[in-house]
Amino acid sequence: MAAWTRKDLLSLEELSKEELLLLLDQAKAFKEISLRPIKKVPALRGRTVALCFLEPSTRTRASFELAAKRLSADLLSFQGNSSSITKGESVVDTARNIEAMRVDVIVLRHNTSGTPAQVAHAVKASIINAGDGSHEHPTQGLIDLFTIQEKKGRIEGLNVVIVGDILHSRVARSDLWGLMKLGAKVTLCGPPTLVPSAMEQLGAKISYRLDDVLPKADVVIALRLQLERQQEKYIPSFREYTRLYGIDSDRLKKAKPDLTIMHPGPVNRGLELSSEVADGPQSVILDQVTNGIAVRMAALYLVAGIHPADEEPVSEPGRIDLPVREKQVR
Amino acid sequence: MKSVILDAEGVRRAFIRIAHEILERHRIIENIALVGIRSRGVFLAQRLAANLKELTGKAVLVGALDITLYRDDLSMLAANPIIRATEIPFDLTGKQVIIVDDVLFTGRTIRAAMDALIDLGRPEAIELAVLIDRGHRELPIRADYIGKNVPTARQELVQVRLTEIDHAEEVTLGEKL
Repeated sequence: MAAWTRKDLLSLEELSKEELLLLLDQAKAFKEISLRPIKKVPALRGRTVALCFLEPSTRTRASFELAAKRLSADLLSFQGNSSSITKGESVVDTARNIEAMRVDVIVLRHNTSGTPAQVAHAVKASIINAGDGSHEHPTQGLIDLFTIQEKKGRIEGLNVVIVGDILHSRVARSDLWGLMKLGAKVTLCGPPTLVPSAMEQLGAKISYRLDDVLPKADVVIALRLQLERQQEKYIPSFREYTRLYGIDSDRLKKAKPDLTIMHPGPVNRGLELSSEVADGPQSVILDQVTNGIAVRMAALYLVAGIHPADEEPVSEPGRIDLPVREKQVR
Repeated sequence: MKSVILDAEGVRRAFIRIAHEILERHRIIENIALVGIRSRGVFLAQRLAANLKELTGKAVLVGALDITLYRDDLSMLAANPIIRATEIPFDLTGKQVIIVDDVLFTGRTIRAAMDALIDLGRPEAIELAVLIDRGHRELPIRADYIGKNVPTARQELVQVRLTEIDHAEEVTLGEKL
């Protein structure tokens, strides 16, 4: 199996198929640890992981925290509202200060696309992107790949429908890259205002009618409708959204009986999924949460193993590397 | 320059003898659990279990242990090694665990294995069975069952090849490249 050579985990777009498979394979080995009575291994003993969440997050932060603790790493936690960011310090400066405390891995969430990449260039510590703007959320993408692999036994050749607010979703971007590299057929579905037609160029099919694509789907990933966006009038009303794109038991009758239903959480019950479906036998939403810890343990373990030589960072300070895709999407 | 220390027949005989030695020490075979260290220790543990079954008609528990996460040199390696699955589908608490590995050298692998086992439960006792003991211990560890003692120089390379993964069955001693 190919060895891991990256200091950082910034996106699934940049990973090869072999690197994705390595991450999934390692996550499988780490999942077993979470089933033991003593859920801890000394792999990152004496190493320090900083969780730097400059945008609100509960479950991703909790998941990374548990993953780091189960690897015996020491933890440092920063949150947006309490950090010096509110005092006007730039993210790169914050990251350099964290690094000066001899931190080995920085898990970074930021509301601007490309920030983790920019920070990764400026510091020697490993950076894991925990969600940047509408760019990517690589560990959530890996969780979805891992869960599909676990439930379906394969990814190649499956019909996967991602339904909802594709436009603003970093999860959709990571899912799309990961699924396509591993050979799944991906359909992006949602109201035309929320599904950028340019994403067809990336190899996905686009559909505006869930009822057209649901019958052939093996997996549906429903995305959270971000209620705070409603004011921007992307959709006429929640009721209309639910009628066209919500999944309830009636709509499920048109789907394959072994359809797997996923959601990155938190679910708006009655909006994207009815409670009956969210809690039903086809839903693997809680498996996604469980698998999150294994996937993040694998990511932390692999990036922490790469020690860049003691040389100056490759790029000059302040250089901004915005991901190219960002422009195409808008 | 490579010399063969054990051929296929030698390996087979060594493990039959070890099975007899285990039975001499353990009256209650039901309480034994063989835990092989990945990779080659797992195959040796399975062979030992087959030998014990032939002698007693009873199946013993067999597990596989990956010690990577417990290595004491993890932070010194260029990249973290790939983890393979630990499969111990039974409770170790109260068991007489016998760790099985191919070569006993510095003892560091066995130290890691003992730490890993104790995180999984509380065995009543832990013993060690190895195919080759080549000396040069760096920790106070010794084997309870030894296929063959081989005096070696530190820089020499002991290579165990098993049909299960190597398409050959022999143990060789050669100069390190």
